Amino acid sequence: MALSYQKEDGSDLQLVAKIDNANIVLHLLKTISFRETATVCASANGLKVTVEEGKTLQANAFIQAEFFQDYHIKEEVLTFKINLWVLVECLSIFGSRSSPGMSAALKLMYNGHGSPLVLLLEEGGAVTDCKIVTRDACESLDFNFSSDRVVNKLIMRSECLREVFSELDQSSAFLSFHITTSPANLRLSTSGNYGVVQTDIPGDSEMIETFKCSSATSHSYRMSLLHTTFKALAAAQKVSLRVDERGFMCLQFMIKAEGNEIAFVEFFCCPEEELMD
Amino acid sequence: MKFRGKIIEIGCIRQFTQLITDVSRLAKSCILRLNSNHVCLVVSDGGALGGTPGLWAELEQQHYFSEYSMEGVSEENQIFLELQTDKLAKTLSSLRSSQSTRSLKIKLTKKLSPCLTFEIELPSASGRSRLVLHDVPVSLIPRRLWAAHQEPRMSHQFDVSIYLPPIKTLRHVVDRMKTFSSRATLSGSRSGTLVVSVSNSEVAASTHFRNLTVPAWDADRNDDPETAYGTSVDIKKLSSFLQGDHNTAKVICNIVSGRLVHLFLMQEGITLQYFLPAVSAP
Repeated sequence: MALSYQKEDGSDLQLVAKIDNANIVLHLLKTISFRETATVCASANGLKVTVEEGKTLQANAFIQAEFFQDYHIKEEVLTFKINLWVLVECLSIFGSRSSPGMSAALKLMYNGHGSPLVLLLEEGGAVTDCKIVTRDACESLDFNFSSDRVVNKLIMRSECLREVFSELDQSSAFLSFHITTSPANLRLSTSGNYGVVQTDIPGDSEMIETFKCSSATSHSYRMSLLHTTFKALAAAQKVSLRVDERGFMCLQFMIKAEGNEIAFVEFFCCPEEELMD
Repeated sequence: MKFRGKIIEIGCIRQFTQLITDVSRLAKSCILRLNSNHVCLVVSDGGALGGTPGLWAELEQQHYFSEYSMEGVSEENQIFLELQTDKLAKTLSSLRSSQSTRSLKIKLTKKLSPCLTFEIELPSASGRSRLVLHDVPVSLIPRRLWAAHQEPRMSHQFDVSIYLPPIKTLRHVVDRMKTFSSRATLSGSRSGTLVVSVSNSEVAASTHFRNLTVPAWDADRNDDPETAYGTSVDIKKLSSFLQGDHNTAKVICNIVSGRLVHLFLMQEGITLQYFLPAVSAP
């Protein structure tokens, strides 16, 4: 549905992006909305929205330029900090579920440092415009997670992890991931008020698509940090789990957005042992 | 004083109970006015004598009740009662969505004190009906206080009148805007545009509805149809009005700039008026 209402001429703006279905952006942002503040980094590739939990966890949602019907950026990189909860509310203004044939169209506009993020949403002839205050972005954490230092990598169907996560003993402060080579196995364990609970997912299970394990690893992560991944997990079709030599974990969720685009949301999580230092 | 009425049409039962719920969202107590043609529910904002009421609902007795008889006070043959809305709404809440209620009987009774007795007839497994009775205490309002609860006479000339867009869309928008501020500004122009807007320190959001119908009686005004007249109102009260099952209703929004928003809902057998006074910035 094309936007018929144009308030500003897009040609002078530093960033203009148009998408026919605002829900694609909305649902992706919802998966990382565990904190109020997000950093948006716009480049020719698209938008990367980052949310952090202290210095221990970072979530990134990628809204690729290809998702948009129109995407123009004047600078190489534009970054700003924004209230993510307000952004999500604005994107949901016409309702967050598309009825067949009806979805809100979105135009995003940003004119550089200090200017607000302007959203124009249109559905059924009604138009909403929102101006959201932006602030200077602080430098995002760099977890220094590189593919060549990955020790173990698993790709599995998300329903497997969803089931395990839904049954976790919440009285345990940590969730431990033990990956072994022989036998090829992923073990998740908790230690809480009810004792120790272990769940094994064998490497040859039909739920696991890829199991590349070079050496056994065993690391624990704070349960509260892992909770932040639940929304992304609920929306995902597949999950990739990677652990590097320091025990840092990267969970990457593959999400099929409305309109069949494939989007990625990733979480970097610091192991408890690192935090104890 | 006597009153006895029976509603048997399921749609009417649901509508009646929905109305009670709407009223209970607005205020803790309301006035029930009964005469031979109408049942009225009145909520006065702040209860000031002579003040503009917050809500006035008028139900055509013939549309709702299959049986209706009353004997009121005075030549006007009226009964004025005051009742607590939250208790009543709780009592009737199951009827809002019930598919199987057979009938709803309402009677003025005297138990230890005057009550409105609601007799709900429901089907049961045995095939015969099952009756559930609720007694809701009421207080009778003496004649000398009736003047405070008269039908509102609008003393203000409206600046603009405009039909609301589809309630469902407006409801979504207002519900999201509730998270930004406690007040929303409603602004209308005779060209058929209605704007709802909110703002706070982080965000300013406004939704524009265009090509809305404007009632014909405004036709001989001389000023520019693009001029917009707006009033800021309590967003929770506005949202409350939009919650009801009013999909088939037509609603006129009358705005007195800076003072009042008057919402006038018309549906078969019922008219409902909401008065939202202007609220100042917090």
